[in-house]
Amino acid sequence: MSLTITLPSILARLADGNRALDASGATVAEAVADVTRRFPSLAPRLVDERGEPYPFVTYYLNDEDIRFAGGFGAAVRDGDELTIVSAVAGG
Amino acid sequence: MTTLASPPSRSGPAPTLEREELLRYGRHLLLPEVAIDGQRKLKAARVLIVGAGGLGSPAALYLAAAGVGTLGLVDFDIVEITNLQRQLLHGTRDVGRLKLDSARDRLHDANPNVKLELHATRLTSANALTIIREYDLVLDGTDNFATRYLVNDACVLLGKPNVYGSIFRFDGQASVFAAVDGPCYRCIYPEPPPPGLVPSCAEGGVLGVLPGLVGTLQATEAIKLILGIGTPLIGRLLLVNTLDAQFRSVKVRRNPLCPACGTRELRELADYEQFCAGSGGEAAGLDAVPQIEPRELAIRRASGEAIQVIDVREPHEWEIGRIDGARLIPLHRLGGVIQELDANAAIAVYCKGGTRSALAVRDLQNAGFRRVWSVSGGILRWSREVDASVPEY
Repeated sequence: MSLTITLPSILARLADGNRALDASGATVAEAVADVTRRFPSLAPRLVDERGEPYPFVTYYLNDEDIRFAGGFGAAVRDGDELTIVSAVAGG
Repeated sequence: MTTLASPPSRSGPAPTLEREELLRYGRHLLLPEVAIDGQRKLKAARVLIVGAGGLGSPAALYLAAAGVGTLGLVDFDIVEITNLQRQLLHGTRDVGRLKLDSARDRLHDANPNVKLELHATRLTSANALTIIREYDLVLDGTDNFATRYLVNDACVLLGKPNVYGSIFRFDGQASVFAAVDGPCYRCIYPEPPPPGLVPSCAEGGVLGVLPGLVGTLQATEAIKLILGIGTPLIGRLLLVNTLDAQFRSVKVRRNPLCPACGTRELRELADYEQFCAGSGGEAAGLDAVPQIEPRELAIRRASGEAIQVIDVREPHEWEIGRIDGARLIPLHRLGGVIQELDANAAIAVYCKGGTRSALAVRDLQNAGFRRVWSVSGGILRWSREVDASVPEY
């Protein structure tokens, strides 16, 4: 499956400045692994040492929080959009 | 749709409008969704703004101009010149004053009808419930995770809507939390990032107009909640991307396991500094990283001691100013060149304020370096204590 992953600007610089990345995989986990293979410095910002999502980084698959839709095991379809949002505190 | 648990009219009939107010708010009165009844609701409303900074500035100005009857402001900072690029409540002549003093002057000029309640204190677990209880809703314009969790939990416990906004670099987020049956901040972010992992605006920068956009969105949501009009940002997180001029929202669900608004096991305010101090992750344990004072580094180098100096900031920061003789290796590139460095050398690492350099020193220690230090307070402190020709930023 081919999908688009959108990064916040805080993480885009770890992906050579790209905010939108093409990725492939059958699940969210596989798609995330696909981009962290290409951009290894992204890995520790997207997943913890066990490969699980952090509680301060939220993944939205087509606008739905994956925590309520199967988590990292959620199946993706061609054309899906995975939006990654990181907690920021500036004010 | 009214979403305030306790509508502004709780203390009796909404106040009437004076002749001057009818004229001042004439453009509101032309809107059937506002009209005289709505304007009276605004006059009766009590809104608390936590933080008179980037987000609080436009929010306070617009809420005052709109005729919100009582505005509470919580802040304890003084105005610094670096604030003026985005914090429009304050001007050049206010540098060195309490932010609340300049805010009072500016807001009184914007609308002298507004009653201002100034809380010149840090919001803490000891005072948050007492302060927030007196308001209809809260607008979160704070600049750190600990206070954001504090504001969230206090709002959930008191049943007050929390109009949330946060910013970093070119991106912003806004939502309405703790509304009736709505999710809260913890439903999106159950735990904060470890300290140092997500830079502050002081460390990472922020586009000056971004808090203008997000703070104005927060003011808009506050007004909608008071008036009970439109579709508030409850259950949605609005993502603002200024670089690509994109606004989009994603769904936020109430987490049934959320200790604040789900299980309700959180029955009182916690120690938020400890909660945000972290127990793991990339930035854990930075306090234990060896430090060197800027003056000590200068003296030891001047006496001929061979200490390499590494700057782990970004190239655009390096251009602003640097320590003479330093080598630029941006933090995210350090891992790629670490093998080229001499593990037996004495190395002092600096950044802007000391966070990135501490992360770098820990990476160096993990790679076997033993004589490495983070320059305490970074180049800002170096500028103040050693070399004033290096500009602060």
